[in-house]
Amino acid sequence: MRTATRFTGAVVAVVVLATATAACGGGAAGSGESGVVRASWGDPQHPLEPANTNEVQGGKVLDMIFRGLKRYDPRTGRAVNAVAESIETDDQQNFTVTLEKGWEFSDGTPVTAKSFVDAWNYGALVTNNQVNSYFFQYIEGYDDVHPAKEGAKPTARTMSGLTVKDDHTFTVKLGQKFSQWPETLGYNAYAPLPESFFTDREAWLRKPVGNGPYKVDSYTRGQSMKLSRNENYSGEDKARNEGVELKVYTDTNTAYTDLQAGNLDVADDIPASQLKNAERDLDGRYVNQPAGILQTLTFPLYRKEWQGEDARRIRQGLSMAIDRERITERIYHGTRIPATDLTSPVLGAEGGYTEGLCGRTCAYDPKRARRLIEEAGGLPGGSVTLTSNVDTGSHRQWLDAVCNSVNNALGDNDACKVRPVGTFADYRRDIAAKEMKGMFRAGWQMDYPLIQNFLQPLYYTDASSNDSGYSSEKFDGLVDRANAAEGPEAVETFREAQKVVLRDLPAIPLWYQNGTAGYSERVKGVRLNAFSVPVFTDIEVA
Amino acid sequence: MGRYVIRRLLQTVPVFIGTTFLIFVMVYALGDPVAGLFGDRAPDPGTAARLREEFGLDKPLWQQYLLYLGKIFTGDFGTAFNGRPVTELMATAFPATVRLMLIALVIEMVIGVLLGVVSGLRRGRGIDTSVLLLTLLVISVPTFVTGATLQFLLGVKWPLVNPAVSTRATFGELLLPGLVLALVSLAYIARLTRTSVAENARADYVRTAVAKGLPRHRVVTHHLLRNSLIPVITFLGTDIGSLMAGALVTERIFNIQGVGYHLYQGVLRQNSPTVVGFVTILVLVFLAANLLVDLLYAVLDPRIRYA
Repeated sequence: MRTATRFTGAVVAVVVLATATAACGGGAAGSGESGVVRASWGDPQHPLEPANTNEVQGGKVLDMIFRGLKRYDPRTGRAVNAVAESIETDDQQNFTVTLEKGWEFSDGTPVTAKSFVDAWNYGALVTNNQVNSYFFQYIEGYDDVHPAKEGAKPTARTMSGLTVKDDHTFTVKLGQKFSQWPETLGYNAYAPLPESFFTDREAWLRKPVGNGPYKVDSYTRGQSMKLSRNENYSGEDKARNEGVELKVYTDTNTAYTDLQAGNLDVADDIPASQLKNAERDLDGRYVNQPAGILQTLTFPLYRKEWQGEDARRIRQGLSMAIDRERITERIYHGTRIPATDLTSPVLGAEGGYTEGLCGRTCAYDPKRARRLIEEAGGLPGGSVTLTSNVDTGSHRQWLDAVCNSVNNALGDNDACKVRPVGTFADYRRDIAAKEMKGMFRAGWQMDYPLIQNFLQPLYYTDASSNDSGYSSEKFDGLVDRANAAEGPEAVETFREAQKVVLRDLPAIPLWYQNGTAGYSERVKGVRLNAFSVPVFTDIEVA
Repeated sequence: MGRYVIRRLLQTVPVFIGTTFLIFVMVYALGDPVAGLFGDRAPDPGTAARLREEFGLDKPLWQQYLLYLGKIFTGDFGTAFNGRPVTELMATAFPATVRLMLIALVIEMVIGVLLGVVSGLRRGRGIDTSVLLLTLLVISVPTFVTGATLQFLLGVKWPLVNPAVSTRATFGELLLPGLVLALVSLAYIARLTRTSVAENARADYVRTAVAKGLPRHRVVTHHLLRNSLIPVITFLGTDIGSLMAGALVTERIFNIQGVGYHLYQGVLRQNSPTVVGFVTILVLVFLAANLLVDLLYAVLDPRIRYA
């Protein structure tokens, strides 16, 4: 019976183990430390430096541990002073920044003018490999520390436009007039850095130190981060909870399941497959809010067949052939809103968002679409391709839907063909190499809630993200004028500039993207800011 | 025997170089990873060039490969694009995956062989048919379905376990994921064992053993089972590798930061150092497991000799 006993033994062992885990697992759906919010997290793509973080996961942390000169009010999206006491200018080009006294980093060192100037110079210097360097491009001297040409050596280590006057004052000279520049300063890239960052960067990265409403207690890279309320925080938006525990999840679906099981308090980015049932599953504890992201279909205007008046009318026809309402409802369950201009609802009417500015061009009208395209001589080459990367964001589904919509409108099953690209990096490379032939997806996540950011980087001649190769003297002129103007006048001029783009239509607006989140019964006051990051300071734990 | 092992070990050298080179070429052929680091916007050329230089992407491919191989032998697997050394990732990923693999392996061996023997000895009877039907069911349902369903039922509906495994990934927590991971292989093992046992039950040596008057359990365990396990061992050997690399789906569902998860992340972000590094280790695991299996043959079947 020797072997038989061994078998039985093993079976018994497995059963016992199973019961044991079941037993101890039973109490595990616990409530966590009192007053601490448990939130889902993803492994940040870059090291956690302010000027090196351009995605939501890293942004989540920076938002908690840093405050720059300004911050964006999560309700209105407007920039309000944080560390800055005032930012003044007479000519929209030379700015004097005065800091509020009393701000400290969580290690006890004071936040001074030097903390900002050093951090900005660090972020701009090309040899520091910071992916957000371009945020500093408007400051005079940027070209010297960050030459545009590949492989060129920087000729200076600091930007000539930044001058420290005293502990709490510094001046900024921009390379051009840019009236809304102070409003850009709420973005994390402009955060101040403490002395310890420059003396021992490796140690700082292991446990970042900032001046925000939270401080980092412990950080296990790739796994979790524990933050607690910074009691010395000088800002107005003090944390309403004891702290936040961020847990890395391998998949948003897992985070969602853990939320349902009561092991998590806040899960942002609800997986697409769950959107349909999220509202019911979570008993209404579900947030679906506009974020500053716009999806468009861009055309390669660098190709001959997409230039000229006929091509413009074809683009207009294609735009009318897309049934945005139905696609956003069926595929995205209301987490995308059909776009009617080239900005985002998060700007608000005051900030330059204009509902319906696109007019008939963005309204679904298959008959008119067909007539316009036929009158303009039909699609170039008889058909058009639609391209996007398909590795993330459920892109494949809407690509098919858009093509179907176009085909139905034109009554031709071969009018629109989907040409998917496997990975995002490949897709970006094709775009950069100007190898696009038909329509291609261009997503734009705003850097700061300003109408300027939705227009200038995308449509200004030779701008950094002008992927279509669009160039219009009229548009450029209006943008220059808007940048030199003040307040409401600037916004109004940008709106005029947007009308030019919508007439020429180098890109057709598709939809505004929302941010989503779910939360547990333990917490209340969960909302997302315009960058789809949960506003952790406002969350209250029951 | 000793010479055989040495010969086999020498053979692994070209296999190792060949496979790593292929992986290297394939991962780098995916495209320019730096372009993906800038989000939905065009990278600025200055920073992109600097990053390429830092990760050695500006050199020709063969030179990159030689540099990489040279570094591996000093224990340096490079740095992932998020600034963490790949060896650090491995140190967290492999222990979790090995634990998961061991659990899966034990489950599939014990239950799989047991089911196989029982149904093989009672061929054509009710129990045999039910085992065949059950295994068919298990094989045809994809892992992500069983995984997500069990996770929802046992984690949310009747909260017996935590749906997500914590970062410690203890044996207890890994029991459910291990079971999910083992299910498909378990079904194959049951079927392999069943066929083999059914076939060998009529072999001469079994009849001899019975004729000698040996007790039935001794005939089954020492004569029948030992000879029937050769195909099963072959399967288990290759399965060790695929359980480690192929736990991708299971690891994502149950939040285990193991090898599969890091590979998935690496591919998605085109993080070539991570992918190549992890696969290199997996290649070594596969080679070792195969050698072990070949050596086990001789132990199980005295007719097999290695000169």
